[in-house]
Amino acid sequence: MTATARETVLSRVRDALALSPGPETVVPRAYRTGRRLPDTERLALFVDRLVDYRTQVHTCTASETAAVVAEVLHAHGARKIGVPPGLDPAWLAAYDGTVLTDSADIPAPQLDLLDGVVTASTVSCAETGTIFLDAAAPDQGRRALTLVPDLHLCVIDLSSVQTGVPEAVARLRPTHPLTLISGPSATSDIELERVEGVHGPRTLEVVIRTDA
Amino acid sequence: MNSPADRAPNSTFVGMPTVPPRSPYGAGNLRGERAFPKAAHDELANEQLRRNLGRATHSIRAKRLAVTGELPDWEQLRDAGSAIKTDTMNRLPELLEQLERKVIEHGGTVHWARDGIEANEIVTRLVKGTGSDEVLKVKSMATQEIGLNEYLESQGITAYETDLAELIVQLAHDRPSHILVPAIHRNRDEIRDIFLQEIPGVDPGLDAVPAQLAAAARAYLREKFMTAKVAVSGANFGIAETGTLSVVESEGNGRMCLTVPETLITVMGIEKVLPRFQDLEVFLQLLPRSSTGERMNPYTSLWTGVTPGDGPQDFHLVLLDNGRTAALADAIGRAALNCIRCSACLNVCPVYERTGGHAYGSTYPGPIGAVLTPQLAGMHGAKDDPNSSLPYASSLCGACFDACPVKIDIPSLLVELRHQHTEQSGTTAEKLAMKAAATVMQRPKLFTAAQKAAGLGRLLAGRDGTISHLPPPFRGWSDSRDTPAPPRQSFRSWFASAEGAEAMRAAAAEGVRHPDDGIQETP
Ligand code: SF4
Repeated sequence: MTATARETVLSRVRDALALSPGPETVVPRAYRTGRRLPDTERLALFVDRLVDYRTQVHTCTASETAAVVAEVLHAHGARKIGVPPGLDPAWLAAYDGTVLTDSADIPAPQLDLLDGVVTASTVSCAETGTIFLDAAAPDQGRRALTLVPDLHLCVIDLSSVQTGVPEAVARLRPTHPLTLISGPSATSDIELERVEGVHGPRTLEVVIRTDA
Repeated sequence: MNSPADRAPNSTFVGMPTVPPRSPYGAGNLRGERAFPKAAHDELANEQLRRNLGRATHSIRAKRLAVTGELPDWEQLRDAGSAIKTDTMNRLPELLEQLERKVIEHGGTVHWARDGIEANEIVTRLVKGTGSDEVLKVKSMATQEIGLNEYLESQGITAYETDLAELIVQLAHDRPSHILVPAIHRNRDEIRDIFLQEIPGVDPGLDAVPAQLAAAARAYLREKFMTAKVAVSGANFGIAETGTLSVVESEGNGRMCLTVPETLITVMGIEKVLPRFQDLEVFLQLLPRSSTGERMNPYTSLWTGVTPGDGPQDFHLVLLDNGRTAALADAIGRAALNCIRCSACLNVCPVYERTGGHAYGSTYPGPIGAVLTPQLAGMHGAKDDPNSSLPYASSLCGACFDACPVKIDIPSLLVELRHQHTEQSGTTAEKLAMKAAATVMQRPKLFTAAQKAAGLGRLLAGRDGTISHLPPPFRGWSDSRDTPAPPRQSFRSWFASAEGAEAMRAAAAEGVRHPDDGIQETP
């Protein structure tokens, strides 16, 4: 049955193209690619866009990471957090709560008991305020880990922040599970009034390390 | 001559190409029960609907203009997007086969469905195979189009919509009225009442505040997300080069469905394939900005087959035809298949703004729906089929063309469809256009003048681009000269130009000499 449907649909497509051939097309790619902005401008743009989505942003140097991470978690009263197995343990050196290291056999309802999650990221896009998470990277973790808990704290190296969407997309590994995040979960379905936090994390905290 | 050896390798001799069939009549949600003017007439009586719609569409419009205006290369992105889609349609067979190969390579299973009925059967069989009698749904136009939820229900399977707007529509036993915000026709008080009535155990003190209502939906669905075994989604894009699928959303309900259940079934129209992973750099800029007026939507998920230890371990992709190949066989339908369902054309359409989505009777409302619906499902039985009234549900003002991120020239397609319909039915396009106009517009006289100047002018001009005969009241004028048809590009700019204004003045002045030719405006 399925094989027949496959042949049928494909031969219909071929028939359609024979009946109505389309114009020969070369894709013009005159839009902006390969943009580079100096660190300060890229940082300013990225922060502006993150704040616009009501993301909380902190900047620090690499050596201050542990202090800032602990401070942010503390401010949210996060007593029990989850981390991907490959997260740099130094980032949590100043945190005094319970840390659960994630693994594939922890069921989602158990992640629901966490107060928050701390991860790294693969790349970001300054112009849109988008963070790209690669679930196959050991410091970013399973997709469920960054989805189920209500607080996501993401540590981002400024050097990984790209200017625009093409620059960021070019740095992805396409067949890995990828999640693009622009601010906390939000809906505008009721009279187009924006409400933060529906099914994903209600709070997104970003720590940008300006010298990393 | 036609011995197998004479044929090119890998090609099947199929003889004369035949026109592919449309979506089966009477199945799915591609046809309303009443013609557009009749349905629109009733919707117009709903003051609440018009207020909600007016506010909503104006607000998205303003946001969209602001965020598209901030990109200096917006026009170049539109050119690229349009060309990528055109190129995709030209290479559809090879791209679909490549997508299939890549999905299988990464551990997924691919199914093909000739129409919605077959797709529904495939999904049902897969769900039953898991032993589950419920599924979570990610908002999807394709599954709405084929009436999947209704079919699953008839098979004893409960489908839970997880997008807030779709949930509202589902709980209210209603139909979506907008591509992007399906419950745009409901206000907060109505939504509170729906929740109080339909969500088991909901707090009876629930206030009609969007944040509280969203929280109620969160609480209701959380347990389902944590325990559901199967989810069904659509796809915004399917990348042939890598086998990667993509869902673009805001709430995180999509991420939940795509990540937590053991089995994921994705139903994707065959036109949603894109050649290269790199093409996402174009569409991830065009879609959110055109759609919600945001620089980027909160969440986009990209996945390829299955990933051991992460997400569903059983992934099925259902590739759906359901009239798409019929559309592809026609120059109009082909252009309409380029649509990325951003809904920008709905939000700028003066006709949609007054009638709302239900008047179109199809899953696809608004300007693009008026083209796509007849292309997918046909305009059978020319006079009685509600779909044959859709090409007239437009003022042809051109705003939709200007808004479309992939540059679909919707007004021209509507004019061509009217041609096709009049040739088929022997009725006059003018009469039908007037009827739709008189129903919908507050000032039908002005509307009909615009129709004549732009749309009907083009319609009557035929394919040689010259009008030799204008309808009344402009007949006297056109009898004595040939009028150049308004240019294909933009009716609005022609109408606003000195040339357009002059032509209108002259036409109106001469038209006055034929008072008997006045048009009947049907209320
Ligand atoms: S036709 Fe264009 S504007 Fe309308 S929904 Fe499709 S892509 Fe968007």
